[in-house]
Order: sequence, then C-alpha cells, then structure tokens
Amino acid sequence: MELWFSEPHTKDVKLSIRINKQLHSEQSEYQRIDVFESPEFGRFLTLDGLMMLTEKDEFIYHEMITHVAMASNPDIKNILVIGAGDGGTVRELTRYDSIENIDMVEIDRRVVEVSREFLPVTACRLDDPRVHIFYDDGLRFVRRKENLYDLIIVDSTDPFGPGEGLFTSEFYGNCFSALTDNGILVNQHESPYYAEDAKAMQRAHRRIREFFDICRVYQVHIPTYPSGHWLFGFASKSIDPLNADADRWNSLGIKTRYYNTELHKGCFAIPNYVKELLEHS
Amino acid sequence: MLDQTRAPVYEALLKYREARIVPFDVPGHKHGKGNPELTGFLGQTCLDVDVNSMKPLDNLCHPTSVIKESEELAADAFGAAYCFFMVGGTTSAVQSMILSVCTAGDKIIMPRNVHRSAINSLILSGAVPVYVNPGVDSRLGIPLGMSAADVEKAVLENPDAKAVFVNNPTYYGVCSDLKKIVEIAHSHGMAVLADEAHGTHFYFGEGLPVSAMAAGADMSAVSMHKSGGSLTQSSFLLLGKGAERFGVTEGRVRAVINLTQTTSGSYLLITSLDISRRSLAVHGREIIGKALETAIYARKEIENIGGYYAFAEELINGDDIYDFDRTKLSVHTRDIGLAGIEVYDLLRDYYDIQIEFGDIGNILAYISAGDRWKDIERLVSALAEIKRRFSRDKAGMLENEYIAPKVETSPREAFYGKQKSVPISESAGKVSCEFVMCYPPGIPILAPGELITPEILDHIKYSKERGCMMTGTEDMNIERIKIMDI
Repeated sequence: MELWFSEPHTKDVKLSIRINKQLHSEQSEYQRIDVFESPEFGRFLTLDGLMMLTEKDEFIYHEMITHVAMASNPDIKNILVIGAGDGGTVRELTRYDSIENIDMVEIDRRVVEVSREFLPVTACRLDDPRVHIFYDDGLRFVRRKENLYDLIIVDSTDPFGPGEGLFTSEFYGNCFSALTDNGILVNQHESPYYAEDAKAMQRAHRRIREFFDICRVYQVHIPTYPSGHWLFGFASKSIDPLNADADRWNSLGIKTRYYNTELHKGCFAIPNYVKELLEHS
Repeated sequence: MLDQTRAPVYEALLKYREARIVPFDVPGHKHGKGNPELTGFLGQTCLDVDVNSMKPLDNLCHPTSVIKESEELAADAFGAAYCFFMVGGTTSAVQSMILSVCTAGDKIIMPRNVHRSAINSLILSGAVPVYVNPGVDSRLGIPLGMSAADVEKAVLENPDAKAVFVNNPTYYGVCSDLKKIVEIAHSHGMAVLADEAHGTHFYFGEGLPVSAMAAGADMSAVSMHKSGGSLTQSSFLLLGKGAERFGVTEGRVRAVINLTQTTSGSYLLITSLDISRRSLAVHGREIIGKALETAIYARKEIENIGGYYAFAEELINGDDIYDFDRTKLSVHTRDIGLAGIEVYDLLRDYYDIQIEFGDIGNILAYISAGDRWKDIERLVSALAEIKRRFSRDKAGMLENEYIAPKVETSPREAFYGKQKSVPISESAGKVSCEFVMCYPPGIPILAPGELITPEILDHIKYSKERGCMMTGTEDMNIERIKIMDI
C-alpha cells in the first residue's frame, strides 16, 4: 500500500510526500486541519490541504522569520505575532531574554490545540510567561493598537483563505500605526516563482511600500513550499536591516541551524527577475 | 400556507434539461453551443436554461402553469393577494404600480425623496405629484420619512388624490408610520403604494419595521435582487389584499405590466426569483438574522474608531423616523472632514472595497447574509485607516443632501413641453425639463417641472467636485440643461 499526500503547487505542478499515516484530521470553524507522519519530513501540518510546516524543514522558516529582525534591532522588547498557531515563531523569539512581551494573535484556536498535541517541536514554548495568546482576527486585533509594538511578525497562510485580510492595505496601514518609531514589520511574503504566487507577492509589496520608508525583501529556501524559493518582507519606519550589528547578535550566543550573520547580509541579495517583479509591483 | 419548499419554475427547468429537448426556437445560442465564448464565461448550466417561453415552462405575460404557481407561492409567502414576477427591475415594478392607479391629471401624494423611477412614471402616466416634504435630519443632512400629520394635511387638502406613495424604507433605512398612513389614505378612498426596493427583508426578519402588505398597503414594489438574493434586475410587484376596491385587480395590473414589459422574460431571472422566494420562505429568519447581526456588529466597531457616526434606531422619533431598518449600515462621515462620496472612492481605490453609495455626508455599505466576517473586519479596518490617513478639517463642507423643490408644473408637461438647452450655470430661475441626480442613490436633486435655484446649482457643483456620479440630463457631462422655453 502506498499513501501519498499531494499538494498542487500550480494547476500543472504538484508535490507529493509519502506518508506513513494520518495522525489527525478535522474541519475547524475556519479551515481543514490535518497532521500527517512521513518518512522523509517527519510530522507535518496542513491547513486546507496546504503545507504549513514539516518537522524537518520548519527551522528554516522559523529562524528566518524571527532572527533577521532581532539582529537588526536587538533592543526589541514588545512583539506582536499574527497567525503562527503552530508555535514555531514564538519558540524562536523566546530564546531572547531581552524580549519582555509577545502577543500572539491566532484566529483558529484549534490550530494551536492540534499543534500542542501533535507538534511539540514547534509548540513547545507557547507556555512561556511572556507569551500571551489571543484568539482573534488579526486585522481586528491590530486596528485597536497604536504606537505599541517594536516588531510585528505576520506568520500567515496564503492570501486566499483565512489569512486573506492580512495581505491588504488596511492591514499594513493598521500595522504601521501599531508600531513604535523604530518598529519593524516582517511578513510571510509568498514566492516569486509561480505566476499566481508572484502576483500575491507583488501586491503585498506594493501595499507595504505605501506605508514604510524602508521596504526590503529577503529570500529563504524552504523545500516543501511551492518552488522552494520563498520570500519574507522586512519593512520598517527607521531601521535598515543591512546596518545590523553582527557582533552584537553573535555575542548573544544563540545557536541556529540556518541563520547566521553572514546569511543575514546575503539573503537580501535577490535575483534580477525578482528585483524586476518588485520594481514593477 | 402553501408548500413553500416547492419551486415550480425551477423544477420545470430541471425537467426541461433532463428531457434533452432539441431547440429549434430562440435564443439562437442553442444552449450555448452557438456561442462557446459566452458559454465559457457564464458556464454551461447557465446557458442550458437560458430558454424561451414554451408550454411546459409557461409564459410570463400570460401565466397559466408553473409561473402562475410560483407567483402564487410568492404571494403567499409575502402575504399578498397576488405577486407579479418582474424582469425589468424594481423600476418597472414602481412604474406599473403607479400606472395601475393613476392616469393623466390624477393626483398622487408622495415624498419628494423618491427614486427617479417614481417620477418617471409621472411622466409616463401624466399624474401630478403632490409632494410632502420629508423631514430632514439636521446633523446627518439626509431626508427622512414623511410625518403622518403632513400626509394627513396633504390628503385633506387634496381629497381628489388617487393614491399615497411611501418609501418603505428610504435608501438610508428610514421608515414612515406606514400603518397610520394606510389608515388615513384608506379612510379618504386613496390607495397606498409602497416602494420597498430596500425592504424585501421586512417580510422575513425579526425585529424589523412593518412590511407594506402587513401594514395593509395596496401595492408594493419589492427588490428581490437586493436583500432577497435573486439576480440583478429581477423584482416583485405585490398586490395587496384590499386593492380590488380601488379598481386594481390582478387582470388590470397584468395588462398594465404588459404595456412595457418584455415578451421574452429571462428564465434566469424568473427562476432566480422562484429559488430566492423558496429560500426566504424556508430560511428567511436565519438569512435576515445573520445580516442584522452583522450590521449591528459593524456599527459597534465603526463607532469604536471614533469620528464616524453609524446611525440606526436611536434616531427613531415616532414621527418622520417612525422606524429604522437596522440591517442598513449607514455611516455619517462629515465629522472626519470627508464627504461620503470621497470615502466611497477611497475605499475602492485604496482598499479594493466597493460599497453601495456615498453622498454628501454619508456612506451606505450593503449588508447581507453573503458577508463573511473577515470582510466586515476589512471594511472596519479600512474605515479606521481612512480616518487616520485622510481625515481633515470639516470647515466648508456642504451639509444638506436634500433641498425642498419648487414645483412649477407637472413632470410630464415639462418633459414634453417646448424646451431649450442652456449652460447649467446660467439656468437659475428657469424651470427644468430634465432630471439631475447622483447615482446611486438616484434620488433627483432636480426633476422635470421644478424651478432651478442657486442653491440647487451650488449643490450640483459641489457634488460634481467631490466626485459623485451625476446623471439625468441629455448632456452626458451635465454642463448643459434643458429648460422650459416659455
């Protein structure tokens, strides 16, 4: 017997992963939640059939969505994380003793509960006393905040589905308003490779640019995401990630498997075709 | 109550499709096969049932089988004596309603803040309007309902009037005291006609204003395609249970409808009415309840932003705001220094959100069971952003949506009389032969037969500058206007 999980990456391309068994499946109020176990990637979580994370490659995503901003401004104290129900982003952030507060806003309580049960590798730090979980719509939560957060991380699903409000002008504008003067916005920025993803990426970039003076993207390699080539957005009112103080971050002694301060500089160097897409967004 | 789970036209169309009838009749696209591009766009299901009248599918102009059954079911669901399916929009329902009751020279009592279709039918019928000035809310600037006392005064002063016409509700959701108005009109032998273009849901929701049929009105034009969920352009004309004593019978109304309605009624529209009626009759309470809950939530969130005023039932005053439709999400925007039409444009241009309309001082976002919570969050957040990014001082903003008209002659006389065209800026003091309005909402600023005043010209100029879509005159740029050449 062969059991395979398949996710269409476009209508003509799909990625298949052999699975040993399905550990969980449910339809929550917002989406379908599944957890599988596979020989190659270990356990993995999908939402509405789309890959969110695997035990094997999640470190790449979670290190890169957090450490780039933390190295750019090590004085960050107060953080808002939107989405991120699996806990991986929070896990990385809790490694900084200097952080005082992490508000995590996840719309779907079941994603957190399922992750706690099946994905301890990412959900392990959700009980850190600095972490406060709010089960709410990200857009609704952030519009009530003003000049409060040093960093907002948007760890969302794709712009089609529960996360669609997190790719809008109103959301980025509300984030701008919720950030302090040194505030940084890091967002899951889709992929430049396949046409549909690239359009979403361009739209997000265009909208973020309306608000932030500093507006860059950086790239990362995630084997189980469409094309494997993924982008994060780095937007800020005043802090340029290219001026990060490498020695200061290295002195913290945080051990990472993907991120390092050399890569920090390198990941902002992007291919010409991506540059062009961004310029013409 | 009839079996409201039936949908006779829909069922007949299913049978027709299953029978695989070979079409040697119109439409010429022949179930879409003759027009693959259109079929590709609209879908095979849609083209399969875009068919013509035939025995098994009945005929809209002279219904005797499945359309008649569907119309009877709709009448039953809405508490009417009969229900006519209309495929020319609620405009055609309003016109047929007035043409059924009034002929040339007959008086009809109506508020001036009616939709243009009502004044159009005065041109068609030659009826003469007796306008009751609606109340005006001084803060919001919007025209309200009619005060029952004003209606009574008009009725006493014009005992020869044939009918009283009532918006139930206005575009903004304001209701007059319809029961009282029916009582006054009927006791003086006048019929009551209701424009329920924005009131379909009154028939099914809980805690909403009274519907025209329940209030005893004689006819009502009901936009099923608004809160009723059917396809654009489909509508109901309801005949009240006591209408016969005004000479308004089912046969007479059908004859009037057939004066102007197409003989090729679209089965897409007809079946959408049939299915939507069934859905409202069976699940209406939940469907309307969800819209109401959504509107109440959105109002609360918009109020929390500050600066906006999402008005609703607190306006109720027992008179010209006798009741308020709480499913309407109307928001006053002038206090953040933006005209409603400016907020309307910003929502679309910056936030990809299309709302129903914006006028001088307000916006209206149409709420229905089709709204997803995350979309409501987007609307609220976008309004918060608009306030943060674009709000300004409100000095110099025009306050009133409504200017009481000075009627010089009947709309028909002005429309068909001797005319000349002049630049609109030089037209003050003349009598207009044309309409001028912002669309939406489509309530005329100026109607044929009314005096053009400097105040009206200022209003038109201001609306144009702020970005309202102006319509009505033959000149597409609204720079020239036709006036009576006396």
